[in-house]
Amino acid sequence: MKTESKEILLLRGLADNDKKAIETIYKENYNIVQALIINNNGSSEDAKDIFQEAIIVLYEKVKTGTFTLNCQIRTYIYSVSKRLWLKKLMQQNRFSLTSEGHEETVQIEADVDDYEKKETEFKMMEKAVSGLGEPCKSLIEAFYVEKRNMQEIANSFGYTNADNAKNQKYKCLMRLKKLFFTQYKLDS
Amino acid sequence: MNDLQILEAVERYISGQMSSDERVYFEQLRKTDPEIDQLVVEHTFFMQQFDRFENTKKLKTRLNEVHIELAERNLIKSPKLKGKAKIVYLFNRYKKVTAIAASIAGITALTFSAMVWSVSPNNKNNADIKALNREISALKNQNSQQNREINNIKQNIPATINYTKGGTGFLIDEEGYIVTNAHIIENARNIAVQNAAGKDMTVNVVYVDVERDLAILKIADTSFMAQPIPFRIKKSSADIADHVYTLGYPRNDIVYGEGYLAAKTGYNGDTLTCQIAIAANPGNSGGPVLNRNGEVIGILSTKQTSADGVVFAIQSKYIHLALEELQNKDSTYKHLKIPSSTSLKGMEKTQQVKKISEYVYMVKVS
Repeated sequence: MKTESKEILLLRGLADNDKKAIETIYKENYNIVQALIINNNGSSEDAKDIFQEAIIVLYEKVKTGTFTLNCQIRTYIYSVSKRLWLKKLMQQNRFSLTSEGHEETVQIEADVDDYEKKETEFKMMEKAVSGLGEPCKSLIEAFYVEKRNMQEIANSFGYTNADNAKNQKYKCLMRLKKLFFTQYKLDS
Repeated sequence: MNDLQILEAVERYISGQMSSDERVYFEQLRKTDPEIDQLVVEHTFFMQQFDRFENTKKLKTRLNEVHIELAERNLIKSPKLKGKAKIVYLFNRYKKVTAIAASIAGITALTFSAMVWSVSPNNKNNADIKALNREISALKNQNSQQNREINNIKQNIPATINYTKGGTGFLIDEEGYIVTNAHIIENARNIAVQNAAGKDMTVNVVYVDVERDLAILKIADTSFMAQPIPFRIKKSSADIADHVYTLGYPRNDIVYGEGYLAAKTGYNGDTLTCQIAIAANPGNSGGPVLNRNGEVIGILSTKQTSADGVVFAIQSKYIHLALEELQNKDSTYKHLKIPSSTSLKGMEKTQQVKKISEYVYMVKVS
């Protein structure tokens, strides 16, 4: 019971991007994943990538409000890492994968698929944002990420008034949406 | 309503900032206007994507940060950072601590000086200041006397040197060796060079070959800063019809001219030079002739007076020969090296010229 509530706290922390929680999850699980990857034709760089992807899979899951896993965090991360690495090996035509006792007992296939879809979307948005250029990029970030108000934005970006800044932001947003949806429609 | 206002309304609707009346009205609008409905759906989806992107981005950064930190503290078995990346990490890690330490030091210093100031005696100061005043005026008197004397001496010195002739030259070694035409410095009493920024520097003549019309000067000014030369000086000859350009000082500003290689030999079949079709004026003499790759193929030297635009340039291989001769004569020049690689290839012409003009000097003679 006690470990369970601790695990739930960690998952909540992960959902909130809390540094302490992420550190704990990282510290307690990284080494076994690294051992898995290195024993299976991977490097420590690969291990880092795969492990971080696995944490993002878990993050996407808890973001949907599911804080109860059917297993321990450790088993979950291990299973997901293994699945992700297997996929990568298959892409590179290097099949063999030997496990180290932690047999895959949990269903993570759906979560991994969901993550992969979201990762493609992430890449699309990343491309759209980087294609936006300045000052649009900073303008959009100031408004939608930092949630600053228009008057403040007008001052720091050198627009004569809030209406001008609003107009500019509108144009930038339209461009960003266009960049994003062109890719999105191409892909689907 | 225009598009901007519609979008604003949609954003307020999605984020729940509308009053209940407004909300009812908007929902009605949504039902009757499929375009607005579509916009709400689309925008909700987009903003979800955008928020998720931002959150994932933050998480990714956080994960990297945690990874580096845990590896540094040996809490995970991952290789540590090396070199620059490590310094960046350490800086980020300790910048807070450093800032705090610095502010503590600052506060301590301020407090301390305040204490010293409050306990130090501050009467008598007026008398001291007066005394100092007198001393300063004494110094002033002395100073103006000196000035007067210096002025007297100045009047006895002949006026500054008037340079009457001029040409162009360019660096061939980063230590300040300049190549130019021998005819420019013929019968010279004083020689100086002036760089693109207009700064005058004195030079010494280290080599003259009247037959080939080549001279090598060395900048003697201590303010000259050594800089690697970006252009190559070709040993092989260029091809007919190659596009070439030159930089020179026919007047007080550097001037660019463009043309082509017309013949591999010079006047009356002279093998020392080659013929170039380019607009050149007196003063262009000694200037580099460069091809499109930014390689020096020759030094502009003479012009046929009976025809317009016919100019002769000394082939660049003779610069190599001249230096070899100089080195054979005097071993102190053994270390000189003519640049054999170019960093200008593929660079846009304007950029090339900008770069090269830093290495082209006006040669002034009196």
